[in-house]
Amino acid sequence: MTTTYLDHAATTPVRPDAFDAMVPWLRERYGNPSGSHALARAARKAIDEARDVVAECLGRMPREIVFTSGGTEADNLAVTGVVGQRRGAVVCSAVEHHAVLHAVEALGGRTVGVDPGGRLDLDELVEALDDEVCLVSVMLANNEVGTIQPVGEVVRLAREHAPGAVVHSDVVQAISWLDVADLAAEVDLLALSAHKFGGPQGVGALAVREGITLTPLLRGGGQERERRSGTQNVAGIVGMAAALRATVRERALTVARVTRLRDRLADGLTSTVAGCTESGDRSNKVAGSCSLLLADIETEALLVLMDQAGVCATAGSSCASGAMEPSHVLRAMGVSPELALGSLRLSLGWTTSEADVDRALEVIPALVGRLRDRSPLAVRP
Amino acid sequence: MKVLCAMSGGVDSSVAAAMLLDEGHEVTGCTMRLWGGASDTGCCSVADVDDARRVAQQLGIDHFVFNFGDDFDASVVGPYVASHAAGETPNPCIECNRSLKFDRLLQRADALGFDAVATGHHAVVAHEGTRWHLRRGADRAKDQSYVLYMLGQAQLARTLLPVGRLTKLEVRRRATALGLRTASKPDSQDVCFITSQGGREQFLAERLSFTPATVVDTAGRELATVTAVELVTVGQRKGLGLAGGGVPRYVVDVDVAAARVVVDVAEGLLTDEVTLSTLCWVGDEHAPDPDVASPVPAEAFPVLAQCSAHGEPVAATFDPMTATVRFDKPSRRIAAGQSVVLYRNDEVIVGGVARRARSEAAQSST
Repeated sequence: MTTTYLDHAATTPVRPDAFDAMVPWLRERYGNPSGSHALARAARKAIDEARDVVAECLGRMPREIVFTSGGTEADNLAVTGVVGQRRGAVVCSAVEHHAVLHAVEALGGRTVGVDPGGRLDLDELVEALDDEVCLVSVMLANNEVGTIQPVGEVVRLAREHAPGAVVHSDVVQAISWLDVADLAAEVDLLALSAHKFGGPQGVGALAVREGITLTPLLRGGGQERERRSGTQNVAGIVGMAAALRATVRERALTVARVTRLRDRLADGLTSTVAGCTESGDRSNKVAGSCSLLLADIETEALLVLMDQAGVCATAGSSCASGAMEPSHVLRAMGVSPELALGSLRLSLGWTTSEADVDRALEVIPALVGRLRDRSPLAVRP
Repeated sequence: MKVLCAMSGGVDSSVAAAMLLDEGHEVTGCTMRLWGGASDTGCCSVADVDDARRVAQQLGIDHFVFNFGDDFDASVVGPYVASHAAGETPNPCIECNRSLKFDRLLQRADALGFDAVATGHHAVVAHEGTRWHLRRGADRAKDQSYVLYMLGQAQLARTLLPVGRLTKLEVRRRATALGLRTASKPDSQDVCFITSQGGREQFLAERLSFTPATVVDTAGRELATVTAVELVTVGQRKGLGLAGGGVPRYVVDVDVAAARVVVDVAEGLLTDEVTLSTLCWVGDEHAPDPDVASPVPAEAFPVLAQCSAHGEPVAATFDPMTATVRFDKPSRRIAAGQSVVLYRNDEVIVGGVARRARSEAAQSST
């Protein structure tokens, strides 16, 4: 059975460029970049060059890039690192990834709501801002519904109403689709994760605007200019840079191609499956995002059947045990808990083909029909 | 058959999955995530889900986690708290079997195209003649037919309990022979959503407001007070603030409305009968064969009555018209909310939930 992979928002296949770039650093080029001998210097050179690539793609200076173990660490370093230095209130959107949301909640922060399309309520943001606020965190693109947030506006409002605040943006889901260097040019901190754009899992970065000091999460050997101790993941960092370079190089073409595929998939499903609607406003979403709501369907069951048919997708976020959790994003958008049980996230990416969309359009309507036929509770459309 | 095996992460359901594979079934494992709060003994902690998943990996079968947390709150935890608030002594494991394992999960299995659901319960399901029978497990000390009495014909027809034919020792031997990581995991004992540290009292204190009550004897003389009538159980002797040294006295009635606990000497704890509600007949009217006459008899008939999970069955007569169990010899009072399961030899015939004794209800209204 062939695999139809429609879960790129969870993770993406590793790009050949990234894989090839990593291999030497997992074999013969095994030096520790903190050392002084030839093997060490070679590793140091590799991460320095990778830092140049990441900085250029984000429109930052190389010394502003801190390599981390992934997006979650980058988000946590941003939130707790700023609060550790500045004290004060923390504000984030209600639809942040848990890596931001739980870090903000742990510090007693406030959340700002979104409209039914998933876009940040800027009036509510202004109300939440004052001189006490030390950090504002708003993601550029949402991981569940793909909504793009007006982070440029967020920066402008923060400078005006909370002049002491640092602005952070989680751009993990955005980087494959949007010109982050341009859209987030004024943002102080940017978090990204390699495996969302064809790099390996377990590596990410935080861009930290020059002049902003963060309290480190990890202390030790003082790597990454005292901002993130621990021997760098050399192969991972090299792979991330190669993947990012390829992503940015191909981005315009990929966006155009995947937008057409996504539109065909979303239109096909909403037109053939009764009670199927799109969550969020498609005109304000990243290209890879096709998030749907299916009336009278428990996605948890649908995903088992899709899995058996070789179609990989997800509902929303998962908890530690692997069970589906009700989505805080859909709740914030005002979707009823009953309807949220039927949330299906199909996410497309750089490898998605016409054949993948064909297969999804063949399998999903049939399986939804099967589940509705077998459910004694379903209201037949 | 395509079988969905509910795997709790314990040894019994691990071996159940292995036995089903051995028998040639197409087996998929699943673990229900039921309780999101604190837990230390539960069947849905992350550690137990890990164990279930690792056993499934070892057996080479797929494993899914189903989040039935909302259903568990609504069907098990909510009624548990409400039952205590009414002065009863609920059994949440029975409600979980009734509403989750053999209802919600069975529905999910149907939706996914499975022919049957399997669990690691120690009991025997057999099809003889035209109907399904539910009998005690081979290991009498571990028998769990009591907590499965709510299974009717429709459920039994789609339920497999492979380890019911084995003793617990045999189950552990098989698990060890297969090298299953759960082979020597201890049995779970307690209510999964209540921690040993906080206990029942703390759990209920967070969910209802306790009612202080007076402790009286059968003549109505006030003997002591308790701070929470909702925590008192029929048959309880300690923790009532009664002076030691005298004749031991036991709770014979819990009356939340009157904020009163009645105690009596040991003989007063004995009763001749108990009336049941929510009767569940194994041979129910939903039998797959509609031509089979209803097995529910009109006349009273002799039974063996089991009044707690590991209680000794006692001889009694059951009158189905009044849902009353009359014990042959006086028996300890059954706290309202407890399940009473009636057997013929080793076979479950019917079960239900004990009502508060009528005589006491009458007293409390005076």
